[in-house]
Amino acid sequence: MSRLVVENLNKSFGALTVTDDVSLTVEPGELHAIIGPNGAGKTTLVAQLSGQLAPDSGRVTLDGRDITRASMPERVRMGLARSFQITQILPGFTVLENVALAVQARQGSSFRFFGDVVRETALNDAAMAALAEAGIDERAAAIASELSHGEHRRLELAMALATKPSTLLLDEPLAGVGGEESDAFVARLMAMKGRFTMLLIEHDMDAVFALADRVSVLVYGRIIATGAPDEVRADPAVRTAYLGDEEEIPA
Amino acid sequence: MSVVSTSAPARAPVLAPRVKAALVLFTLFALFPPVVTALDDPFLILIGTRILAYAIAAMALDLILGYGAMVSFGHAAYLGFGTYAVAILSSYGIHDILLQTAAAIALSAVFAFVTGAISLRTRGVYFIMITLAFGQMAFFFFISLSAYGGDDGYGLRQRSTLFGSDVLENEYALYYATLVVLIGLFALSHRIVGSRFGRVLTGIRENATRMEAIGYSPFRYQLTAFVISGCMTSIAGVFLANQAEFVSPAFMSWHRSGELIVMVVLGGIGTLSGAIGGAVAALLLEEFLGKLTEHWRLWFGLFLVLMVLFSPRGITGLIQQIQQGRAR
Repeated sequence: MSRLVVENLNKSFGALTVTDDVSLTVEPGELHAIIGPNGAGKTTLVAQLSGQLAPDSGRVTLDGRDITRASMPERVRMGLARSFQITQILPGFTVLENVALAVQARQGSSFRFFGDVVRETALNDAAMAALAEAGIDERAAAIASELSHGEHRRLELAMALATKPSTLLLDEPLAGVGGEESDAFVARLMAMKGRFTMLLIEHDMDAVFALADRVSVLVYGRIIATGAPDEVRADPAVRTAYLGDEEEIPA
Repeated sequence: MSVVSTSAPARAPVLAPRVKAALVLFTLFALFPPVVTALDDPFLILIGTRILAYAIAAMALDLILGYGAMVSFGHAAYLGFGTYAVAILSSYGIHDILLQTAAAIALSAVFAFVTGAISLRTRGVYFIMITLAFGQMAFFFFISLSAYGGDDGYGLRQRSTLFGSDVLENEYALYYATLVVLIGLFALSHRIVGSRFGRVLTGIRENATRMEAIGYSPFRYQLTAFVISGCMTSIAGVFLANQAEFVSPAFMSWHRSGELIVMVVLGGIGTLSGAIGGAVAALLLEEFLGKLTEHWRLWFGLFLVLMVLFSPRGITGLIQQIQQGRAR
């Protein structure tokens, strides 16, 4: 059974169709990338998959359970976590507290009014593990708002990981990250492959073709091709519609 | 992975309630009655009790305003529930302060649960307006309650009793009882703010979208905090009724709700002790400026403007700046 199944998803804002009959599957352990030019509706698609935005029609199932109408917190508790293209953190909290709060959502009740949460070793240890996985553990004591942009991207990932998801929706995790930092991030995602099912939205073609098991191309809200990276790269429709005829596609 | 000790990591300074400041305030409060006795001006004790009662209410409001970013403009309603719980039960011969407090808390819990559940469907200025509207509904309900004097209010024949004793008739006893309750509620609030629940509440204040994306539904946590805050505020009302030996809808007018917000902002939001200090500052200014001039509100307004302009984090922020200046 596919882990995540999207069937005939549609969404319009007025006359503008932003999601046009989108169907796709993500298999357990697969990294499925979605690429597309700016304004193709990638973030709107993630918003519908994560429960932030309700589709006009269509169906989303996670491990066979219909989650089309489930709220974002409900989906997270079922194991579907997301990261944001525009960093969403708790700016006044420390890095560790940001992630410990994500751990707490999974572990036990949050209706505990006594007991100093700062001293809850179980929460802090699990948070440190997620921070280490995302490569930001050495900044655990820093106030989140004081991190660099690259560090914010890693904190985004750490918070998603700390919810112990089966499936990750990663909305341009590399946005604004360049050079060595980007290479390190790709290596981190590579190390996560197989252990998590991932739907990756990404602009960085090098990253996509290095990481993805399958690639779907989204243009004007519609998926025009899906397949292995090499197939997609060779697809003439993709070349004209998205990559441009004359442009060389990076290997 | 071991750069920070996981057992006691650094706490975000913006979130830490100022325990030391609160201890200083509590010490000053405890020393106030002997000083007053020495000055031979026992009326000041009554003013002191009033300040302590408002400090409880301001601190309760800070719990949702400072830690939950919920600006309730109807919190005077809960003060009113506290005062009328005393008046109404006492008219039926139930004078015990614990029973009166329990009734105040029960009524406030129901009112806060229902109105909070509706108000929390809105955000920002709409939340402010809808809490104001509910506060006004409670206000006009008690205005129309002619059995208890309606608009004119209702004089208490006696103060509340504690375990059958009329010890609270003594001004000093009432003062210290209010102080003990203030300290107890501060300790309770401090625990709540530092708990799992408190961290979730503050997280929602910081970024509600992020909290949803890690699996929290903000509504239930915000509503719980709203109910806790309303119940705590009603306890302040119980002491206000005893202090004034009189209850009237004036305790629950929207001016009063505004004054509570002023106290919290003046003292510094999200610190608990700031709200206590803000209540002290606001009421002392009212007392002394009121003696100097009948236009005291004008000067008080000017003071507020200067405060908000130059120290947005209130008295707490001002004290921090001075301390940091000294440390440099």
